[in-house]
Amino acid sequence: MTVSLTRRYRFCASHRLHSVLLNDVENQRLYGKCNNPYGHGHDYTLSVTASGPLDPMAGILFPISHLDRLVDEHILARFAHRNFNVDVAEFETVVPTTENIALVIVDLLRKNWADYIYPASAQLTRVQMEETDRNSFEVVLPVAARRADAHLEELREVEGRVPVNA
Amino acid sequence: MFITRKAEFSASHTCRIESLSDAQNFHLYGEESNRSGHGHNYTVEVTLEGEPDPITGMVMDLKELKEILEREIVEPMDHRFLNFEVPPFDKVVPTTANVAAEIWKRLSGTLHGESYRLARVRLFEGPDTYVDITNGVRP
Repeated sequence: MTVSLTRRYRFCASHRLHSVLLNDVENQRLYGKCNNPYGHGHDYTLSVTASGPLDPMAGILFPISHLDRLVDEHILARFAHRNFNVDVAEFETVVPTTENIALVIVDLLRKNWADYIYPASAQLTRVQMEETDRNSFEVVLPVAARRADAHLEELREVEGRVPVNA
Repeated sequence: MFITRKAEFSASHTCRIESLSDAQNFHLYGEESNRSGHGHNYTVEVTLEGEPDPITGMVMDLKELKEILEREIVEPMDHRFLNFEVPPFDKVVPTTANVAAEIWKRLSGTLHGESYRLARVRLFEGPDTYVDITNGVRP
């Protein structure tokens, strides 16, 4: 039995899809009205999923306030009511398609996860960005592989600390 | 193939462990730990995995699934204070995850046919928080 918790966050922001690697005609053909010069906005819904074992006494993966604080401080504080192309450093050269925004969010959440989410057994397993009610983009993270890595890491740490024949 | 049926119920609860202080409970559960309790509109989505029967064309009769959800979940939990009226929540903290796990437990006893099995219980506590209990297969 696997337990996952998903929490939804809403924010609005603007973007313009325009690649510096393409000329104006190619950009217009590829991105259509999303290439309009002044950009446009969306009300995005971000869903963040964490999976892991349930603390048997508390009945939670971790306090939800941990996740709220992580998302508030590293995602919403930087993205909400901003223009992705102008205000967010990650998109100076990367086109802020919602695919790329989802990947940047995954990166930011993973980098800061351990500072906010404890117990550490809960892992980030999915990020979904809904651009509108009709368009959504989802990144699913390979848990099994990372769990195995973490397990090996722990083993190495234990082996390094405890003399085998003590 | 996955098939899903939804059901709704409203209930109140409080999330606290009596052996902990108010401050510790607040740290774990936030506002959910207020002593007198509060309510939610819960939505549960129950997903079965299976193949359609070659004659009926159905994985399971959704009417029958609706009746099971009504009997096992909605009837006992709707408009109740979970901590006081719905065991095991006199002993188990009725967090979203624990309520979802209890729903899984109640349904897994009933929902196992030759051609289908319970794949996921998704419990929404309000529109922005939900917990998934799965058997490892991703619906």
